[in-house]
Amino acid sequence: MSGATIAPDRRAEVATDGKPGPRKRVRLPGDGVAGYLFLSPWLIGILLLTLGPMVTSLYLSFTDYDLFNTPNWIGLENYRRMFTDARWLRSVEVTAIYVALAVPIKLAAALAVAVLLNGKRAGQGFYRAAFYGPSLIGGSVGVAIVWKMMFSDDSVVDQLLLRFGIDTGGWAGNPDFSLMMLVLLATWQLGAPMVIFLAGLKQVPRELYEAAEVDGAGKARRFWSITLPMISPVLFFNLLLETINAFQVFTSAYVVGGPNGQPAGSTLFYTIYLFDRGFGDYRMGYASAMAWMLLLGVGLVTVFLFRTARGWVFYSGDSGDKR
Amino acid sequence: MRQTLTRVAWHVGVLALLAIVLYPIVWVAAATFKPSEAIVGSLRLFPAEPTFANYERVFSGVVGIGVLRFFWNSAVLAVLSVVGTVASSALAAYAFARLRFRGRTVLFGIMIATLLLPFHVLIIPQYVVFQNLDLVDTYVPLLAGKFLASEAFFVFLIVQFIRQLPRELDESAKIDGAGHWTVFWHIILPLCRPALITTAIFTFIWSWNDFFGPLIYLSTPDKYPLPLALQLFIDETSGSDFGALMAMSMLALVPVILFFLFFQRFLVEGVSTSGLKG
Repeated sequence: MSGATIAPDRRAEVATDGKPGPRKRVRLPGDGVAGYLFLSPWLIGILLLTLGPMVTSLYLSFTDYDLFNTPNWIGLENYRRMFTDARWLRSVEVTAIYVALAVPIKLAAALAVAVLLNGKRAGQGFYRAAFYGPSLIGGSVGVAIVWKMMFSDDSVVDQLLLRFGIDTGGWAGNPDFSLMMLVLLATWQLGAPMVIFLAGLKQVPRELYEAAEVDGAGKARRFWSITLPMISPVLFFNLLLETINAFQVFTSAYVVGGPNGQPAGSTLFYTIYLFDRGFGDYRMGYASAMAWMLLLGVGLVTVFLFRTARGWVFYSGDSGDKR
Repeated sequence: MRQTLTRVAWHVGVLALLAIVLYPIVWVAAATFKPSEAIVGSLRLFPAEPTFANYERVFSGVVGIGVLRFFWNSAVLAVLSVVGTVASSALAAYAFARLRFRGRTVLFGIMIATLLLPFHVLIIPQYVVFQNLDLVDTYVPLLAGKFLASEAFFVFLIVQFIRQLPRELDESAKIDGAGHWTVFWHIILPLCRPALITTAIFTFIWSWNDFFGPLIYLSTPDKYPLPLALQLFIDETSGSDFGALMAMSMLALVPVILFFLFFQRFLVEGVSTSGLKG
């Protein structure tokens, strides 16, 4: 793209924009064609791989599509069926319990480690990196296999608990504990939110702590009244991100429990059931409807989080409700 | 004196916590040198008599295909993903950050919205399209999105990076007669190197770890990347050869661990500035 070829687009833009009228907007010369050229890979992607599929998927969710026969319109039947589908209800329950446990536990652990690491100390960079490490591999098949192995009957965790007289028969095979094992796997990946918390903690002005100390505020009080409110935007960001991610856990759950959520449906995550319906028995209409219910669910939770955020997220410096 | 004491206590505390966090990695590394029957049933961490038999079995081929084949497949997918993602994301980011064109604000909004979109809404129609194009069981469905800047995180990351570069740089180049391509290629890209490296590293690791895409699209074991090969291995042996399973898991983790050791600065900085999910 040379300089000379740009000039005509600019003229074109000015010409189309230069409508006569009182509310004529003043526009700087644009880059027209060049903009779309640079954007073209993304534009093709958004049309063919995102927006197109979204529309198609919405359509399929109202059909009985099974990959081999032409789809028949069945209206809201798929959506209605979900509420009488025991496995669907189970998958909603499993996912809800997982999100409700994994997100707060992981975030609390991440915040605790971040507060511990915060401050100028030798080796802080090393520790930060070391705690972050598991985040990179935690979602992989390899780690899920290792995790399942460590929590299986007679393995290291079982042996350890037996010493304390607790016999669970291995968490991996015990429906009462299998989900907790995945919650622990999520918690193990506390590094990513921890790094974000650390960035937030660095922004808290030291004077605030000094002033509070002069006023006789103890450590707990300082954490509760200064640290938490000051990092609440970061906390909210982490909460949002982790919640959305937790809804979509797949790999670890699949490796641990397979397409049926073994043992006894205790790890039948929403995504696992969706996969099983769509690609196990090719009920793609139903799976599409499930995907839209998931989008709706995640959307509602996101809106809910944003609503509550007004009450507890503070943006210092900026005038009120930015973002 | 008291300060030294708190400092020592702090280090001891952090190291103890770190030991717990890193224990699973040490555990699997040690397990790969144990005979299968010694992996469970004992609290002993290190093998009594280290053996290489697990690795030998994995390399000679546990499902009839040597592990190097899966390694190669994973590497091909990861490298192509990196090339595609870096190129397409940088192009899109330059347009969003520096060029003025109709609909830019709306398109940027759509890009941000896709950050939060669960990809499950897309997989079924995408699969149907690729199936109709006869591209199932090829790498095309796994790579198409990479070359079309579908990972909005990286577009956003690079946009943020370009925005904080002084505009005078490209303005003065333009006055000297440079076109958009020249500005992009000779001025913006070199200055964006940190953001591009972060993009490259994360893309490599995510692609290396990706399980869902290959699970849906690939059906010929010869084409499997490591994560899918691991699952295949479990299915074929019903997970009974613990030693080989641990060795293969370890081999799948090692490249990511090495990447982490070499590039941890970029990774940690990338997360703390953009909130990548890691």
